[in-house]
Amino acid sequence: MKKSNEKLRILLKRSLIIFSANIFLFFVLVGRLYYLQIYQKEKYALLADSNRFSTRLLVPPRGSINDRNGVELATNIQNFQAMLIAEQVRGDINKLLEEIAPILNLSPEDIEQIQKDIKRHRRFVPVKIKDNLSWDEVSTLMLNNHRWPGLVIDQGLIRYYPFKQYTAHPLGYVGSVSEKDLQQSDAPLLQVPGFKIGKSGFEKTYDESLRGQEGSLKYEVNAYGRIMREIEKKEGIKGKDLDLTIDIRLQQAAYDAFGDEAGAAVVLDVHTGEILASVSVPSFDPNLFVDGISQKNWDSLLYDEKTPLTNKAISGQYSPGSTFKVVVALAALEAGVINSQTDYYCSGRMKLGNHLFHCWKHYGHGHQNLVEALKNSCDIYFYETALELGIEKIAAMSRRLGLGKTYDLGIENQKSGVIPDKEWKRQRFKADWQQGETVIAGIGQGYVLVTPMQLATMLARIVNGGYEITPTFIKQKHTEKPKSLHLNPYDIELVKQGMYEVVNGKGGTATRAKLKIDDIKMGGKTGTTQVRRISLKERAEGIKKDEDLPWKYRNHAWFMAYAPHDNPKYAVAVIVEHGRSGAGVAAPIASKILEEAIKLDIR
Amino acid sequence: MAILLNQNKELSLKERFFNLNFTFIIILAILACIGCMTLYSAAGGKITPWALNQGIRFGMGLGVMIVAAMLPPEFYYKIATPFYLFTLLLLLIVDVAGHTGMGAQRWINLGFFKLQPSELMKLAIVLQLARYFSNTPYDEIRTIRGIIIPAIIVAVPVAFIMIQPDLGTSLMVLFCATALFYLAGVQWWKFGLAIGGVAAAAPILWHFLHDYQKNRILTFLDPERDPQGAGYHIIQAKIALGSGGVWGKGFLSGTQSHLNFLPEKHTDFIFTMFSEEFGMMGGIVILFLNLVLISYGYWFAFRIHPSNYFGKMVILGLNTNYFLYVFINVAMVIGLLPVVGIPLPLISYGGTVIISVMASFGIMQSFYVNRDRELKK
Repeated sequence: MKKSNEKLRILLKRSLIIFSANIFLFFVLVGRLYYLQIYQKEKYALLADSNRFSTRLLVPPRGSINDRNGVELATNIQNFQAMLIAEQVRGDINKLLEEIAPILNLSPEDIEQIQKDIKRHRRFVPVKIKDNLSWDEVSTLMLNNHRWPGLVIDQGLIRYYPFKQYTAHPLGYVGSVSEKDLQQSDAPLLQVPGFKIGKSGFEKTYDESLRGQEGSLKYEVNAYGRIMREIEKKEGIKGKDLDLTIDIRLQQAAYDAFGDEAGAAVVLDVHTGEILASVSVPSFDPNLFVDGISQKNWDSLLYDEKTPLTNKAISGQYSPGSTFKVVVALAALEAGVINSQTDYYCSGRMKLGNHLFHCWKHYGHGHQNLVEALKNSCDIYFYETALELGIEKIAAMSRRLGLGKTYDLGIENQKSGVIPDKEWKRQRFKADWQQGETVIAGIGQGYVLVTPMQLATMLARIVNGGYEITPTFIKQKHTEKPKSLHLNPYDIELVKQGMYEVVNGKGGTATRAKLKIDDIKMGGKTGTTQVRRISLKERAEGIKKDEDLPWKYRNHAWFMAYAPHDNPKYAVAVIVEHGRSGAGVAAPIASKILEEAIKLDIR
Repeated sequence: MAILLNQNKELSLKERFFNLNFTFIIILAILACIGCMTLYSAAGGKITPWALNQGIRFGMGLGVMIVAAMLPPEFYYKIATPFYLFTLLLLLIVDVAGHTGMGAQRWINLGFFKLQPSELMKLAIVLQLARYFSNTPYDEIRTIRGIIIPAIIVAVPVAFIMIQPDLGTSLMVLFCATALFYLAGVQWWKFGLAIGGVAAAAPILWHFLHDYQKNRILTFLDPERDPQGAGYHIIQAKIALGSGGVWGKGFLSGTQSHLNFLPEKHTDFIFTMFSEEFGMMGGIVILFLNLVLISYGYWFAFRIHPSNYFGKMVILGLNTNYFLYVFINVAMVIGLLPVVGIPLPLISYGGTVIISVMASFGIMQSFYVNRDRELKK
């Protein structure tokens, strides 16, 4: 009995010990709860939120690019995509794909790709079936919507250039974000799949202001990444519009005036420097680039000998040819080397040392004063003048008139051309300037190179009465009155008189290019520059004339013009690559453009 | 002498029924309600598929408990050995079936019910050890010879369960048996020796563990080592719990559980789900109610007739078993123990555990109902 009591006593004693241990262990659990739920609450609350919330950037609409009258040249249009959400499909997905394949013109390869995409993603993720649906496709799908649950049509905005090739230069285009873009910028928008960034032209230069401010969408997801609901939506701000000085009607007319020829034309308002049209022909459809251009299309643009990808208006450098005689004339008048009465005799050639310089007119022009020399484009007159004037004065006048430098245009690949002088030659060729080089510079040959943009600027600065306008594409609210170049108004009138005679004088070089508008006259100057001399061998083979040569060896043709003659408003420079004759090919294009500008009466 | 006469008087069914401890039953019901409520939330505010089922099972469990409580204590004394041997046989069948190409298996399909012999063994081993110790003199228990037979009684089924493999249950059975050895008066130093022996054998045991079991232990020690795989459960459970704070995110508003970041939210990890929605206060309520239940267990063991050593032993054993359920489950979901797959009884979704726990409560009540009389051997 005693032993039995001992057994019971130890049982009760030890049960109390175990009970105490139980209570203690419960307190350990409570302590742990305290540690996790109070002491570490902030940490875990944050982790819980980062589990459940996701944020997506909302791409704001890109700012549009408008012409001077507010016509949209680059805009955003609705883009419709067909998407498939696998988990919402009733029945067989493959059967559904089979049914919609003929409507959307899906190839068996497309369907294979879609099936792969569906397998790769979770079943609630929308998979893209087709992009850029046409209205027909959208309406057919909409009509039959009830037949295919899970098939949805998604809307997005896509960049669109309604004037296609007319505005590819200088607007440029947008394209997908490249690795290089990502290295250069950490803007969060660039990380958004499908985001487009300006790749060339104004789209590139003004990309950041066109881009706008991104919005954001905060939403709740579950453990599998499915979106449960929207938490917070912050709309983005549309990008800033860009207003250009271009008039799209004139831009189209200028482009079309070239027909099948290749070249470039720039039209300026001579008082403000506003660029009213700037075309480079041929061009391309920038819409091809928005969604990624195909290799075939890219190759055909890249290897085209008429270089559609180059903006010849600012990147094309050509010898100015006879158009340069205007600069030489102004420099010589200012220096007092010549005056209105100065007379040179043109016998068709001029001898300097033991070298003979020819006039384009084999038998010569006879006695020529300045106006006659401009009208006939007499080379001998300007050989003599340049020789007496010297290259430094020619170069100085060229620079005053805006040649030999780039302008703040807001587009890349602008070329500065070449205005040679003695210093330039020493640096470039480590050689002394030769007198003969001054002679040919007098007729715009040799080292001198200009772009159509520069030539138009040069002409505008002369015909506006000698004011230093600079060309601009961007519409400004307030324009400062340009500085005067301090040219003698009498000299300007004389040169203008010469250019008037070119078009309107009896026997002028471009009389066929007269404006077909009563009472309004234009003035202008032709230029033809050799791309390659016709060799003796070719002469022997019977190739005597330029048009017998292959296209790419033919002469470039220039024509620069202004109108109206009494009170100039528009200046235009036209280059026709390998156009052979300034008077025959370039001048009619320039006069068509000026006629259009006058008809439009651009303000 | 009236008291003495009373001691051996058989009670009528009605007397026995009103002798039940109703406070204890009410606490059970409250815990079951908390369970159903949490399951309702886990299903996103629906009584299907879990809450309703769980309610029905609790009702069945209540029936099982009352039937078990109405049976006389002598019944449990008598069936202890045959029940133990029968359960051992079932365990053997499950093991053999598992090793003859049917894959790892823990249950026998009875058609309407999947019987887990290891669950039965938790009861059987307590009954059998209690019977053994109640019939063995105290002096003998204090000798080495006296603990060889009970050691075998424990070792054989634990080994059977371990090779199923079911590490969690075998450890629970082992702990529960250890408690009974301790209560019977086995000296401290013998436990020290056994623990030392196990520690020495641990490297060998480690070798016998399955890869997934090794992973669970390693992952417990360092959850970050595999944040996408095994560690994911523990990390997400801690996030759910910690983000709940003091008062929780509110009923039906647990983000971790409703967005499915929390795994097994309706079974093993239900405590985390509840604590996410009701915070530390909610967690403390569950722990407190369970502590009250366990305290009642100790009170039953203390209250019943001093001569009923068998009854006291059975009550303490089953009570310890319940404590282990609660402690191991909560400790593992809050990152104090490895995840060993022990549910939280009465709250986690699952039929077997409810029935087995309610049956053991019934047995405890059976002794309590007949608290004033001796056990007739």
